[in-house]
Amino acid sequence: MKLITAVIKPFKLEDVRQALAEAGVQGMTVTEVKGFGRQKGHTELYRGAEYTVDFVPKTKIEAAVPDSLVEQVLEAITGAAGTGSIGDGKVFVFDLEHAVRIRTGETGDAAL
Amino acid sequence: MKTAISSPLRLGVGLLALLGPALAFAQSPDKGDTAWMLTCTALVLLMSVPALALFYGGLVRSKNMLSVLMQVFVSFSLITVLWCIYGYSFAFTTGNAFFGSTGRVFLDGLFDSSTGTFALGATFSKATPMYEIVFVAFQATFAAITCCLILGSLVERIKFSAVLLFLVIWFTFAYIPVAHMVWFWAGPDSYTADANADELLASAGLIWQWGALDFAGGTVVHINAGVAGLVGAIVLGKRVGLGRESMPPHNLTMTMIGASLLWFGWFGFNAGSALEANGFAALAFMNTFLATACAVLSWTFAEWLLKGKPSMLGAASGAVAGLVAITPAAGNVGIPGAFVIGLAAGVVCLWGCTGLKKLIGADDSLDVFGVHGIGGILGALLTGVFNAPSLGGPGLVTDWVTVAMGYPGIGAQLLIQAKAVGLVVVWTAVVSFIGFYLVKAVLGLRVAEEQEREGLDITSHGERAYTG
Repeated sequence: MKLITAVIKPFKLEDVRQALAEAGVQGMTVTEVKGFGRQKGHTELYRGAEYTVDFVPKTKIEAAVPDSLVEQVLEAITGAAGTGSIGDGKVFVFDLEHAVRIRTGETGDAAL
Repeated sequence: MKTAISSPLRLGVGLLALLGPALAFAQSPDKGDTAWMLTCTALVLLMSVPALALFYGGLVRSKNMLSVLMQVFVSFSLITVLWCIYGYSFAFTTGNAFFGSTGRVFLDGLFDSSTGTFALGATFSKATPMYEIVFVAFQATFAAITCCLILGSLVERIKFSAVLLFLVIWFTFAYIPVAHMVWFWAGPDSYTADANADELLASAGLIWQWGALDFAGGTVVHINAGVAGLVGAIVLGKRVGLGRESMPPHNLTMTMIGASLLWFGWFGFNAGSALEANGFAALAFMNTFLATACAVLSWTFAEWLLKGKPSMLGAASGAVAGLVAITPAAGNVGIPGAFVIGLAAGVVCLWGCTGLKKLIGADDSLDVFGVHGIGGILGALLTGVFNAPSLGGPGLVTDWVTVAMGYPGIGAQLLIQAKAVGLVVVWTAVVSFIGFYLVKAVLGLRVAEEQEREGLDITSHGERAYTG
């Protein structure tokens, strides 16, 4: 099993959700996050006070998938979240040791 | 119980008694005027709660939202109560050139329950009295909002108890005498053909005696509060983290709503200051409308040009700057004056909140001095200029016996205006310094640093503005 963590542009969330569902992903967790990469922040000016905002709002998606699905999932995310411009985000893949479905007690791929 | 002679403002009462019932009918307040002034009073209340509270509240961080709303709400109530206990009496009855007297303490004598008659006060027209109780209510809203304006310099760090104690001191020793000095006079009906005009003038407040023009409170309200705020910011010190941490406004939508409601309520403030529903009220109304729009445009375009983007906060600040600057001028200048004062206010107050603020270096958090102090001074001075009939102004009454209009000349009137500004700046600065240091000694001014970091909503008031 793998845990896929993708940080994407917030307005791409619906496209990515749809692409993941089509790729066979059964569920995911979404968090609103802030961060920075190569995309610069911006400055805000309130009367005389100028503030630099370094952290850009992003959306983080986490999905646990069986090993067999990883390639399709990566394709789905990069395809749906990409705009070609700086700040599109990143995808990270982690090994996932164990998973349990709380209601039934199923484990492993069956719990996903 | 009180004699009618104790206050020249009530000379209408004396005249009524002397002239007998034939003229009594002609001298009862006009119902239209009364309705207009009661409406204006409610409009000015709206300027404090919620308008000013929202305008200020949107500009602080979300952890301090309720503390700002609460400071404005309770200060407004506190000053209203003090106004009725002693404020009105000491501001608007005959005394010396600085203070009135105790004749109206607890609003004594406004209504005679044995005869069912209401005391009458003067307006600016002869034989046109108003119910004095209406004037009391109208002026109460002025005193209260002036005290609330100061809060903008102190937010996000001041103790709630310190706010209340300071305002009691400042209201008593700065607001009341300045209001008396600028606005108290014998009223037009006391200037009869055989009256001693010099004696009557001597019974007025000091700045009125000088001949300064202040239609609705450039000196009394805005310079008074603006300077007090700046002094408070200096004595209080900067907010923890200022300059190192971002402190952006948490809700400019609230600020826009507040600024818009201020604009709306300000019609009551300025047009109501004519004290009658007449041509001067209409002039003040139009000037208030126009100068504000001019200032929105001038601030917005100046910001766009100098800082790169036209901001909503800039437009809202421009509106308030225009409203402030046109306040002393409202019924004292013509339409040309409104254009110039409005356009100038937007640019000059932008500088007051940026260049000048950096120069002063104090954490006047919401720019009370930059907008109200600077805008008030600008408006007070330009009132003297654009009052000139040659510049479209109405001029001023030079003889209250014949109600002859005239104008002493731009230089002469500007000098009188500058003297008035100077006295008010010094007076309120001195009272504020003493007041803040006194409160510091008795209660302490600032909350503890951890409380400031956590936010005053939770630590001072035990509640949060936004939950869930």
